[in-house]
Amino acid sequence: MIDYSKILSARAQALKPSGIRKFFDVAGTMENCISLGVGEPDFKTPWMIRDAGIKSLERGKTWYTSNAGLAQMRAGIADYLARRFELHYDPESEMLVTVGGSEAIDLALRAVLEPGDEVIIPEPCYVSYAPLTSLAGGVPVPVALKAENGFRLTAEELRAAITPRTKMLVLPFPCNPTGAVLRERHLAALAEVLQDTDILVLTDEIYAELTYGTRRHVSIASLPGMKERTIYINGFSKAYAMTGWRLGYVCAPVPLMKAMTKIHQYAIMCAPTTSQYAGIVALREGDEAIETMRDEYDMRRKFLVNALNRMGMTCFEPEGAFYVFPSIAVSGLGSEEFCEKLLFSKKVAVVPGTAFGDSGEGFVRISYSYSVAHLSEALGRIEEFLKECGHG
Amino acid sequence: MDRILKILEDNARLPLEDIAAMADKTPEEVAAAIDEYAKAGVIKGYKTLVDWDRTDSVRVRALIELKVSPKKDHGFDEIASTIALFPEVDSVMLMSGGYDLGLVMTGKSFQEIALFVALRLSPLDDVLSTATHFVLRTYKKDGVMYTDENKDERGYNFL
Repeated sequence: MIDYSKILSARAQALKPSGIRKFFDVAGTMENCISLGVGEPDFKTPWMIRDAGIKSLERGKTWYTSNAGLAQMRAGIADYLARRFELHYDPESEMLVTVGGSEAIDLALRAVLEPGDEVIIPEPCYVSYAPLTSLAGGVPVPVALKAENGFRLTAEELRAAITPRTKMLVLPFPCNPTGAVLRERHLAALAEVLQDTDILVLTDEIYAELTYGTRRHVSIASLPGMKERTIYINGFSKAYAMTGWRLGYVCAPVPLMKAMTKIHQYAIMCAPTTSQYAGIVALREGDEAIETMRDEYDMRRKFLVNALNRMGMTCFEPEGAFYVFPSIAVSGLGSEEFCEKLLFSKKVAVVPGTAFGDSGEGFVRISYSYSVAHLSEALGRIEEFLKECGHG
Repeated sequence: MDRILKILEDNARLPLEDIAAMADKTPEEVAAAIDEYAKAGVIKGYKTLVDWDRTDSVRVRALIELKVSPKKDHGFDEIASTIALFPEVDSVMLMSGGYDLGLVMTGKSFQEIALFVALRLSPLDDVLSTATHFVLRTYKKDGVMYTDENKDERGYNFL
């Protein structure tokens, strides 16, 4: 009998399994369960993008692409970044097409971390940064963001977290799960702290196009002096509703790109070819589709924030992504208890804030990648639940 | 303002307060706007989308193509208005292409519709010809899927 615990790497064994995975498996099998838990768009990939993928298959484009990705794809990304975010990267030397933004995060961490290097990770945040940091030998240094700051990372918080071992700052804004965004002035304050250091910024801007209000998303890489210390990550999943295509990219200064490309070529070879052909069309013709989907998300966002506040689940106004992060103080329950009871008594699945870091305690994440009718039904059940808690 | 119409078109039963939040208005402003739309004839009414095939009730729908002779001075309006007065007729539309008027109508049986076409529509002076197409199954109507294939297939990868 093999004792696998002696065979599996200590690193893999040390990774915490997702604590509520089991909980959501239950939700998946529950009859008449309404989920507000999914973290991907409900829209289908716009037709002209799907069609481009199909056409590429019809024409037999089924080989690997170059490691860095199709030249046309990279040219398209360069053009898109300049057009939408005033970012200027050389498609030949400063860019790599990856298997979703997820691979890009992994590459960036593995390319720069030495054992013991610290990575500052503002929490609550997307769950991958800390485990991937550990796998790369680094030490995650969580910074608990505060609701009263709108879950933004402040310059003071950043300064306090920096030590001589700090190698990198992860900047995940617009933020999953809070919906917080950093506007230009917030970014400028952070940039000032980093200016005289060698600390790199890993900016994960996968939700950049889902920024609401009249002001557009600003990337920290576009601020003076920041490009040389920034690893910029974006992808197609959220903006174009292309999660299943697994397509993203990373842009950074040449020495960093060279290191990341080496890891990418040995581990992955290249991003899916079909997806790249679809991505070229997304970049070229997808601006209107982005606007349409963003408008729809924006209406749902306003609907949800208003309804939750009315029910006593107070939430600050999320300005990005497609999540709201309301406080559940009114229920008198902890995050996990709230979610479990809500699931079993009302068959509504939401994600406990603690899934995104300890500082998420007292909050839950509600996704609005659902129709208004679906949201409305779920909110009705949550309202009943709150009443039964005796606090609604 | 079009935003209110769009919201109502998708879901006419949303409370005013929700519509107001979605459209960046106050509930009073939304109520006033809806009144205005109704007065101006922009909002024609509110109905329920019913999938009658899932009930015991038997209903037959048909699309009818009509070729008609337009009248001097009145064009197609006169005959279209006459046909629109039949309570059996749900919709009357002036079409481009191979025929002039497109009708949608509902009846209790194929026969009832066939008789209506034969006895009421065809004898009209200006009707030159008719072609009746019966609806066999509705997959989608007014933007809403009528089949069960519309279920959420997203994986439970909640992150």
